[in-house]
Amino acid sequence: MTDHIDIIRVEGSTRHRAQKRFQLYGLLAVSLSLAFLFIMVGSIVLRGSSAFRQSFVQVEIELPADAIDPDDVRGTRFGKFLKQALRNKFPQATTQKDKKQLYKLVSATAEYSIREQVEDNPQLIGTHAKIWVRTSSDVDIYLKGYVDTDLDESKRRLSDQQLEWLALLQQENKIESRINTKFFTGGDSREPEQVGVLGAVIGSALSLLVCFLLSFPLGVLTAVYLEEFAPKNKFNRIIEVNINNLAAVPSIVFGLLGLAIFLNFFGLPRSTPLVGGMVLALMTLPTIIIASRASLRAVPPSIREAAMGIGASKVQTTFHHVVPLAMPGMLTGSIIGMAQALGETAPLLMIGMVAFIVDVPQGITDATTALPVQIFLWADSPERGFLEKTSAAIMVLLAFLIVMNLVAIILRRRLEQRW
Amino acid sequence: MQQRNSQTINVTRNATGQKTREILVLALLLVCSLVAVLTTIGIVASLAFEAFRFFQEVSLFDFLFGLEWSPQTALRSDQVGSSGSFGAIPLITGTLLISAIAMAIATPLGLLSAIYLAEYASDGARSVIKPLLELLAGIPTVVYGFFAALVIAPMLRNSGENVGLVISSESALAAGLTMGIMIVPLVSSLSDDVINAVPQSLRDASYALGSTQAETIKQVVLPAAIPGIAGSLLLAASRAIGETMIVVMAAGLAANLTANPFEAVTTVTVQIVTLLTGDQEFDSAKTLSAFALGLLLFIITLCMNVAALKIVDRYKE
Repeated sequence: MTDHIDIIRVEGSTRHRAQKRFQLYGLLAVSLSLAFLFIMVGSIVLRGSSAFRQSFVQVEIELPADAIDPDDVRGTRFGKFLKQALRNKFPQATTQKDKKQLYKLVSATAEYSIREQVEDNPQLIGTHAKIWVRTSSDVDIYLKGYVDTDLDESKRRLSDQQLEWLALLQQENKIESRINTKFFTGGDSREPEQVGVLGAVIGSALSLLVCFLLSFPLGVLTAVYLEEFAPKNKFNRIIEVNINNLAAVPSIVFGLLGLAIFLNFFGLPRSTPLVGGMVLALMTLPTIIIASRASLRAVPPSIREAAMGIGASKVQTTFHHVVPLAMPGMLTGSIIGMAQALGETAPLLMIGMVAFIVDVPQGITDATTALPVQIFLWADSPERGFLEKTSAAIMVLLAFLIVMNLVAIILRRRLEQRW
Repeated sequence: MQQRNSQTINVTRNATGQKTREILVLALLLVCSLVAVLTTIGIVASLAFEAFRFFQEVSLFDFLFGLEWSPQTALRSDQVGSSGSFGAIPLITGTLLISAIAMAIATPLGLLSAIYLAEYASDGARSVIKPLLELLAGIPTVVYGFFAALVIAPMLRNSGENVGLVISSESALAAGLTMGIMIVPLVSSLSDDVINAVPQSLRDASYALGSTQAETIKQVVLPAAIPGIAGSLLLAASRAIGETMIVVMAAGLAANLTANPFEAVTTVTVQIVTLLTGDQEFDSAKTLSAFALGLLLFIITLCMNVAALKIVDRYKE
């Protein structure tokens, strides 16, 4: 008797331990996945947040009145004044090599920034002006503490001489870290210190607009047809199966479709939000249809019966009563579909939205890029300065995605009716 | 009397107007639902048409069974290797290698997560963990790609160096690992549904026989849920095969016929992107081969999806 109890106790404890272990595995799997999520997002935020600041350097620049025509500031080259100012500041730079290094302290686009400031403030002409300009990306990265100065000089982008100059400028308080507004107001650039995401954000917004205008009505009407009108026959079954399968087609295949049909067959303009939006619309269509059908199904039959009972036709019942009641659910589904479309990259590569475009697009037929494609392009750039810009652009993208999903959740909470 | 008559006429006229309008509305609805079908037809037609032009220059047999992939066509026709070779085998094995690594990560993580969520987690924990896992699914793949290339690949290479392994900086392992994490939420949410669909009476019966919870899950719930789980794994695998951005950013460009996960391999999707970004002329075999690859990808994923959806559908009932 005691033997049996002992056996049960021993066996019971090992079985109990197995039970605990199994539960632990589950918890471990969840934690691993979530840890990856936090590490990924965390490391991107860590790398990206410094991109929202940019160091500026003050140059004391001679702007001779006889060399600058106040009516034609735009046509004046300010590069030589800037170089002169830098040489005046550090007269010890005499060799060609030293001078080159000196000029590389400031951004390659600094002369245009000086031109803009003179345009805004013409009384600077003829004075000895103190103007703040962006430092070059290499300097910016160094000032943010990303460069290991213990490294051998030959392995660094900045020479000892340049570091010395920078230390001097810092001592004189001529270097300042400011909020990098250009990042939110500018387009793409070859210079990492000069890039902005606005062009890509507008490009994405325009594409999403086209996508929404096409896919929302199409998706909702398809859902209404399948849910409210379609008789159960083979033809409608094909449509249903087709939609479910379309939802699982790899996104790049939609890009191939866009390239072969929209661009080559119909001759629509390449790299534009118009075509981008059309391709994304085809991709989001299944998502919207599936969400809309679920929300139509949630409308209780009593609503339909009541409308029919007082003499409304089937079409009237559907469009006057059922669809308005299902609308919040359809909108929520569409916003989630749009959020997916916003992050989509591969199909846009296929239709040429990978171009290098500086200008912010003005309409849906302007060539542009999109935010995720911009991330891909910057991630591909070898310059160290693009690393933080890429991470920062990802932060912008994630912020948009979070906002869209929050809107969807709030909309659902506010408008959803429970029967 | 006169007035009454005209009212009746008005009502009937309205009714006939109503009728035609309703028929028009119905027609509009039908046309809209045909767009989805047209999309599929468009995909098949465009892929098949361009692929057909490709197969006029390169034989189907060479494409499907060729062991070498180097699509560059020379500028002058008399140059060495001017024809390029279009054997898709290295691309297919590369795709399968990366997808297999991804599935090896995603299957245990996704399944165990699903079991934990469905059987063990309290309602409170569930309501926190589920949205967080969905967040993982909502992050754009270009972000995963960036992370794989920037953090995972160098980390693997360095740890490989420490133990004397040579791991390429574009290794299949880095891409596969990251992709695996990306599809964890897909596996877990589909399997979660399947596990929840197993009738409670089966569990109760098992408990009544004295099984622990773990024994019930392993010996009763999982065997009952196996077909549904297989369907969800199939869907996840098809997702892995069609995934583009992670491999474009983290996997290699050169076709490499190997099963070594530490080496760089390339995939079907990577080649499509490389062939079609930049300048294209639509009469060269090089550009057209992208469509042949696209057709191959479409057929493979379609078969997997159809099978998976069938299994999942049947199981739901």
